[in-house]
Amino acid sequence: MVDGKYDVIVVGAGPAGSMTAKHAAQKGASVLMIEKRQEIGSPVRCGEGISKASLDEVGIKPDKRWIAAEVDGAKIVSPSGHVFTINERMAGNEVGMVLERVLFDKALAADAANAGAEIKVKTSAVGLKIENGKVRGVKVISHGEPMEFEAGCVVGADGFESQIGRWGGLDTNLKPNDITSCFQYRLTNVDHDFRYCEFIIGSAAPGGYIWIFPKDEYTANVGIGVLLSKIKSPGQVKQLLDRFIAKDERLNKGQPLDAVSGAVSVSPPPDKLVKDGLLLVGDAARIIDPITGGGIAHACISGMHAGKVLGEAAQEKDFSEARLMEYENLLRNRLENKLWRNWMAKEKLITLSDETFDKIIQTLAEVGVEKMSVGNILKVIKSRHPELVKEFEDLI
Amino acid sequence: MIAVVERCMHCGACVGSCPSNAIYLNEVILSFNSDCTKCGRCVKVCPVGAIRMEAGD
Ligand SMILES: Cc1cc2nc3c(=O)[nH]c(=O)nc-3n(C[C@H](O)[C@H](O)[C@H](O)COP(=O)(O)OP(=O)(O)OC[C@H]3O[C@@H](n4cnc5c(N)ncnc54)[C@H](O)[C@@H]3O)c2cc1C
Ligand code: SF4
Ligand code: SF4
Repeated sequence: MVDGKYDVIVVGAGPAGSMTAKHAAQKGASVLMIEKRQEIGSPVRCGEGISKASLDEVGIKPDKRWIAAEVDGAKIVSPSGHVFTINERMAGNEVGMVLERVLFDKALAADAANAGAEIKVKTSAVGLKIENGKVRGVKVISHGEPMEFEAGCVVGADGFESQIGRWGGLDTNLKPNDITSCFQYRLTNVDHDFRYCEFIIGSAAPGGYIWIFPKDEYTANVGIGVLLSKIKSPGQVKQLLDRFIAKDERLNKGQPLDAVSGAVSVSPPPDKLVKDGLLLVGDAARIIDPITGGGIAHACISGMHAGKVLGEAAQEKDFSEARLMEYENLLRNRLENKLWRNWMAKEKLITLSDETFDKIIQTLAEVGVEKMSVGNILKVIKSRHPELVKEFEDLI
Repeated sequence: MIAVVERCMHCGACVGSCPSNAIYLNEVILSFNSDCTKCGRCVKVCPVGAIRMEAGD
């Protein structure tokens, strides 16, 4: 017994899923998007920072309703307190804003519905329907009732915790060096500089960083990411953040409005993102930027490309791996080099000592960088500490 | 035996990190299946320390 048939079933209504659903539906595909939570976008599991440029790229018009704050730039703070400030002149359109993801995710889902996609909430995928080795649909529990749906293609947009790919035979397993474990509070009654996003690097957050992203004058997302391979004891990630907040004068009178845990991948992209009747987008496809841990922009980019290809595939009634490779190729052309380069840079950055971070940030702060790019940063560091740049030179 | 305590925030960090894909999380309930090899990775990755490995099966 089947409860419904669609060209495309998208599992997960985050940015990647909604963008996929919207673009596929716009091209006439019949689309069902399912979300296990009872409310799309909530609870938030994100620091909510994104650059303006990345929204332009995917055709999302900034809307005051889901922008919490627009910042002038970013501050990178070294272990002993040197501050390198990246302002709008240096960063161009890469300068940031801080979203209201509860509303942003809903706005993208509404766009998908507007384009013709059906949505079901409180509906978890619990397995795939696989016949003769081919993915034919998805088994779900919807508001407590077991149901089965058939699809030309199932899209895994199920975030970091993704199981769709692994259930369907796409290997998305990660190595301990490629997983960052995160914890965050939305703290109010804090005294941060709300014009800047702040990143604190070094041993306060082994293999990752602490972030302070402003929501308004009194409130900020204050979070930490620690590389799994550097975690020493269970629960250490939350403990490290609590300790940092307790010692920081600007933050230690803050009170939490929420607490968030989660993880991000900081890996190279997987070998394969498509199979007959199966495709992965967003965090499920392991395409988070390995340096920043940011994944909203890449989720939107992958969803846009996937949706367009799936819409055309639906017209041709061809969801074979060969057909879906068009998506994989588009995505690799756009992101593959960047992901590999940033992954290699991450592999080096996680080996640096606090002393080295201090030297680097102090140099950047004193010499300054005309226009932000990896090449320019390395040039500035080389001018004072050629020994530090040697290892990174192959990245230019 | 692997067990999850009330500290759990239902975030899925453990689910995505499990090399055996042995953990399932519906919106709020975390469960472990027999593919678990007791490697301990989920215990470590959990940001709040909500998973415990206990003696016995
Ligand atoms: C603490 C933290 C801070 C972060 N900060 C930033 C930041 O500042 N900037 C940035 O760009 N990125 C940040 N990220 C990463 C960012 O949140 C993700 O990259 C982004 O949300 C990816 O979007 P997505 O659509 O792929 O997945 P998600 O937004 O995770 O959406 C996946 C959806 O799938 C649903 N789902 C999962 N399994 C099933 C199932 N079996 N059945 C039905 N539904 C299912 C989930 O409930 C979820 O709603 C952060 C991540 C964390 C954990
Ligand atoms: S990682 Fe920890 S908090 Fe998150 S779902 Fe697993 S047990 Fe719960
Ligand atoms: S102990 Fe290892 S195999 Fe078992 S659930 Fe945890 S991560 Fe998975």
